[in-house]
Amino acid sequence: MSDDRIALLDERARALRRHILSVSTAQYAHLGGSMSCADIMAALFFDFLRLPWESESTVDHFLLSKGHSVHAYHACLAELGQIAPEEIPMTGQPGSRLGGHPTLRAPGVEIATGSLGHALSVGIGIALGEAHDGSDSRTVVLLGDGELQEGSVWEAALTAPHFGLDRLVAIIDANGFQSSGETEAVMPLEPLAEKWRAFGWNTTEIDGHDMSAIVGALDAVAASTAPVAIIARTVKGKGVPGIEGTQRAHYIRLTADEEKAALAALEAGK
Amino acid sequence: MTMPAPTTLPPHVAALLEAARADPNVVVVSQDMGNAWGFADEFPDRFFDVGISEANLIGVAAGLAHSGKNAVAMGMAPFLTMRAFEQIRDDCAYNENPVTIIGSFTGLEAGPWGVTHHAQEDIALMRTIPGMTVVAPADIVEAGRAITAAVHHPGTAYVRLAGFAADMSPIADLEPRFDLGVANELRAGNDLTIIATGTLVRMALRAAEGLARSGIEAAVINMHTVKPLDREAVERAAASSERILTVEEHSVIGGLGAAVAECVAEAGRGRVRRVGVPDCFCTEVEPYGHLLARYGMDAAGVEAAARELLAD
Repeated sequence: MSDDRIALLDERARALRRHILSVSTAQYAHLGGSMSCADIMAALFFDFLRLPWESESTVDHFLLSKGHSVHAYHACLAELGQIAPEEIPMTGQPGSRLGGHPTLRAPGVEIATGSLGHALSVGIGIALGEAHDGSDSRTVVLLGDGELQEGSVWEAALTAPHFGLDRLVAIIDANGFQSSGETEAVMPLEPLAEKWRAFGWNTTEIDGHDMSAIVGALDAVAASTAPVAIIARTVKGKGVPGIEGTQRAHYIRLTADEEKAALAALEAGK
Repeated sequence: MTMPAPTTLPPHVAALLEAARADPNVVVVSQDMGNAWGFADEFPDRFFDVGISEANLIGVAAGLAHSGKNAVAMGMAPFLTMRAFEQIRDDCAYNENPVTIIGSFTGLEAGPWGVTHHAQEDIALMRTIPGMTVVAPADIVEAGRAITAAVHHPGTAYVRLAGFAADMSPIADLEPRFDLGVANELRAGNDLTIIATGTLVRMALRAAEGLARSGIEAAVINMHTVKPLDREAVERAAASSERILTVEEHSVIGGLGAAVAECVAEAGRGRVRRVGVPDCFCTEVEPYGHLLARYGMDAAGVEAAARELLAD
């Protein structure tokens, strides 16, 4: 893959993080999970997915199973021109189209989510329908790691390999935290990759902030003969100095100083 | 002399197969329940058995609907409507992914299998979901009409399909006309109106015959669609006979009786008494028919409740 491709996607990820900062400075927001998946979202929306407003033919599907990371989703939609960037800090305010979880009111959102543990099954249904039509459409479901404590996820994990859905991709944003603490302390999930492999998924484990690794894992989907699970090791609140990697990052309102420091860190990261 | 083998399929089975033959987009998602009345044999590539996983089943069906398929979800009524309630609410109804949900083993049909297998809350649960259509057919002919209507209906629908233990043989008095949301008056009468749904329409008709023998004329309305409720039919009944007896194989909380009572209370006219499963678990280990009789849901029980309502 070219350096240009990676550099452009890294720049997109920085743009997404600026949007996420705009809402989490204006109000309390699920900053941590939105920031942890920003690099993954950049790779998906600006490299991997064929989007409905771009393509006349085959369209890919995206489901944000970890719906509280909605600000990363809205940030992508803003960068893609589906919504105005100014809408993002106004999320949830009177007259806004943007909610605290993805809703169908937001242009470009395909499936409304919020309750955890739903979207992998829905993604399986979409992938089944596309496969039945002979389409090569791909379906990507982004899950959180804490979300994997929902039993319905594992029902779906059993199902996808059984139906041979090799165009289905589950990405786990494994940031290591959930609402009340570290996932390994609340309800341990490890060894994660071994679990997905045991269920029959073509599983890779990557650094979820290494754009080359993300793009490489997504490039490999085309050759897979089984559904693909990508365990993306990430940092909760990635990019916000003093807050990233902490429990505080989950749901927070940043001070003006914290936002300034985060924006400076983004600039320095160029 | 032995009867010749039937040459035609039961109407509810025929309805699904005919819908599938006419529309290549019809797909079935099921759960460890065999070949879905032969659907899997005729359309193996349009049949998906997800095993024993109701939440997953409904999610998968919603996804299929999202991809443009005309998705039918089949399973056992108590497990589909309770364990997968949130998937029905969120993934089907809220996300506008229309799925036809066919729940079998309804009401107390599972009898001595016990409370875990009784579906006495399904109508109440499904009725609370915005945009849902909730249908309880009274016999297999009406079940066929309900399935046909639900599969062609643009929203999510729940068809409460009895037949495991309940008598679903054709009822002679049922009207051939079937429109979702439009009740059918099966019998006229001015002393009271019995509004029944599903398996107990049959009991309501028998009760009305019993009442007629002692000179009491009971109208009988088949409210096959509990949601959207035919409010005009309820209001007409309240206007003509004042007294309304609701009859359903379902908890008296939240089902047909509650829907009718809400309507009557808002209209400000009429009195309602409800026959159904009282606010309890039916823990007695006994056959279906015994449970129905014990809790007053057989013809005699319905007739007795009607007399009490008239004596009030």
